[in-house]
Amino acid sequence: MNTLLAAANITKTYTGHRALDSVSMEVPEQSIFGLLGPNGAGKTTLIRIINQIIGPDEGQILLDGEKLTPKHVRQIGYLPEERGLYKKMKVGEQAEYLTRLRGLSGHDARKLLKKWFERFDLTPWWNKKVEELSKGMQQKVQFIITVLHKPRLLIFDEPFTGFDPINVNILKEEILKLREEGATIIFSTHDMGSVEELCDHIALINKSQKILEGNVQEIKKQHTSRIYEVELNAIQKPLESMLDGRFRLIKSRTEDQGIRARIQILNDTPANDLLQALLSEARLAAFKELTPSMNDIFIKKVTGRFPAETNAGNSSPAIAERPQ
Amino acid sequence: MGKTTTIIKREFLSRVRKKSFLVMTILGPLLMAAIVIVPVVVAQLSDSDYEVAVLDNSDYFIQALEDRENVRFTPLATSVEHAIELMHDDRFDAVLHIPEAAFEAPSTLRLFSDKSVNLNAKLLIENLLKLEFESLKLAHAGIDEEVLRSIDTPINIQAIRIRDDGELITDYPEISMGLGFVSGLLIYIFIFLFGSQVLRGVLEEKTSRIVEIIVSSVRPFQLMIGKVTGVGLVGLTQFVIWVLLTFAIVGIFQVAMPDMFQFTPDERVFVSSSQVLNVEEMQQQREMIQQHDTMAGQLLEGLSAINFPVMIISFIFFFLGGYLLYAALFAAIGSAVDNEADTQQFMLPVTVPLLLSIIMAQMVISNPSGPVAMWLSMIPLTSPVIMMVRIPFGVTWVELIASGALLILGFLATTWLAARIYRTGILMYGKKVNYRELWKWIRHA
Repeated sequence: MNTLLAAANITKTYTGHRALDSVSMEVPEQSIFGLLGPNGAGKTTLIRIINQIIGPDEGQILLDGEKLTPKHVRQIGYLPEERGLYKKMKVGEQAEYLTRLRGLSGHDARKLLKKWFERFDLTPWWNKKVEELSKGMQQKVQFIITVLHKPRLLIFDEPFTGFDPINVNILKEEILKLREEGATIIFSTHDMGSVEELCDHIALINKSQKILEGNVQEIKKQHTSRIYEVELNAIQKPLESMLDGRFRLIKSRTEDQGIRARIQILNDTPANDLLQALLSEARLAAFKELTPSMNDIFIKKVTGRFPAETNAGNSSPAIAERPQ
Repeated sequence: MGKTTTIIKREFLSRVRKKSFLVMTILGPLLMAAIVIVPVVVAQLSDSDYEVAVLDNSDYFIQALEDRENVRFTPLATSVEHAIELMHDDRFDAVLHIPEAAFEAPSTLRLFSDKSVNLNAKLLIENLLKLEFESLKLAHAGIDEEVLRSIDTPINIQAIRIRDDGELITDYPEISMGLGFVSGLLIYIFIFLFGSQVLRGVLEEKTSRIVEIIVSSVRPFQLMIGKVTGVGLVGLTQFVIWVLLTFAIVGIFQVAMPDMFQFTPDERVFVSSSQVLNVEEMQQQREMIQQHDTMAGQLLEGLSAINFPVMIISFIFFFLGGYLLYAALFAAIGSAVDNEADTQQFMLPVTVPLLLSIIMAQMVISNPSGPVAMWLSMIPLTSPVIMMVRIPFGVTWVELIASGALLILGFLATTWLAARIYRTGILMYGKKVNYRELWKWIRHA
């Protein structure tokens, strides 16, 4: 896959603190790229640099192999985290103004806007002032303004905050549709559920540094900790005595029919060995590997601990947090 | 440059289409015209027949007190107490008591009134009585009034200015003063009015968070320059409409009510004349004075001494220069703070030079070529107001060009400075900014 956007050794220092420390990443063309990281990690700074709102102290950004210049503004669409519109300005006029600043001609802007307004049921609001719109409608307008000029690269900074669940779903569908139509999308978020759902690739930034980057499936594979969840019935003897040094019991709970437990397979022991060890002493009701969720990987990478590995961990890694 | 034009267009149209712009554009000239018209109209209306009862116990003065347009005298032969009672019954507005000994002791004259005494009537009575006293005393001393009148020589020196090109022109310092102060004041008002519009505009973009969308499309400098220019054009438009409408309104009034705009000559001329001139002669004199002294006539003569092309071009230049200089600073302030309340701490250093220049304008008027005037008209922060005050009195080309050049350098400097604060400030939220912080932005931007 081609790389559409490449950041190379981006460093940015504000007075007294380093916002980005030699961050590099590659965003494949026609993918959805998740930019993850805790608050204050430097995501917004990186996004602002990609949008040429601020310049990096060191390093460079290449779009399709070319160093970014103001002429690339036309090929990028940007929905900032803190977004607003002129309250007193009419909706249609304002949308036209903002898309013209992106480089569209007035004629093209109006024509495309009419289409999009139709699609989002906003046409009756064309001549209304922005302050008369509900927040959801304002966000739709902002979304339209971001994508109207058919940019190759779309950047959404925390797109789902502030949207109601219905609009979040509309937005997700639109993002997927945009990718199908050939766009590349970078979005930053804390919402790991939407990352699982949408992202092909991710980069994780923590404390100004990139600590993880790659394809979501591959990352998950790499971070599997070989923890299996098992349900056993008709147990002949205590679970602990069934397991030798090749396995580690993380936790177990006695239920009506038997025992539910989490067991980690250590070293390179094949999973079959665990099955055999268990089958000889009990009846197996369920056996499945717990793949780590992006949430787990995120927390492990940032805090250094896997929530599934701890006894106290409440979150069941098998059931990744679903988006609301 | 296309995007900057788009920004200028929005900034201009969004303001011009506001109702408040329309209201200001119409109210402004109405107010300005009212300043000219209302005093004239009020002067004609308010002095409606002030009735004065005269108790002349001396019998010297009663014939001197002739009815005037707005003041009527009624001789009464009664006691002061009774006259005052009549006044309380609203038969009279005031009672003038001239005691028997008035000729020897003028300080015994009394004017009673149950309301505050009408100042014009009091002045008129004083004038009439003073003249009568004088002529009585002249007669008493055996001096012929004709002789005295021939001695009385009015002196009115014609001030003549020799222009650089050697041409002699009659100088009317009063008109230069008026014109200078009004144009200085206008520049001051316009800078404040439209400078604070820039500030509010920047603040609106920042607090509504639209600025991040815009600066991802254009450079912050383009946005700032677009706003400053757009608002400046609004100011220019408003100014031009104001000037045209003011002239139109005053013109309409002049045509509709020509009598009101006759320059009212000094009352005393007629009072003294009335002693010797008959009605016909008086009328002649009145006409002569009117021809010479109509407001339009005087204005015309006075204005002919003013170099108008220079005046108008300078006004537009110094208005724009001053506006650009201050608007950039206002934009920087708007970008540095999060809400209107926080602007106060940064407003002071920007408004002080402006305030200072309008305060110093009064001093400059009394000595328009002095060193204070000269230096204040060179410093870019004060020169827009002060130079406009000075120009009607005549300034050398060297001074004008030097001041203009310094102003251009001045606004380039403030724009450069403002741009550095602006591009950091507009993306900075929730941080209390102080001067040291601003200095950091200027240095590191």
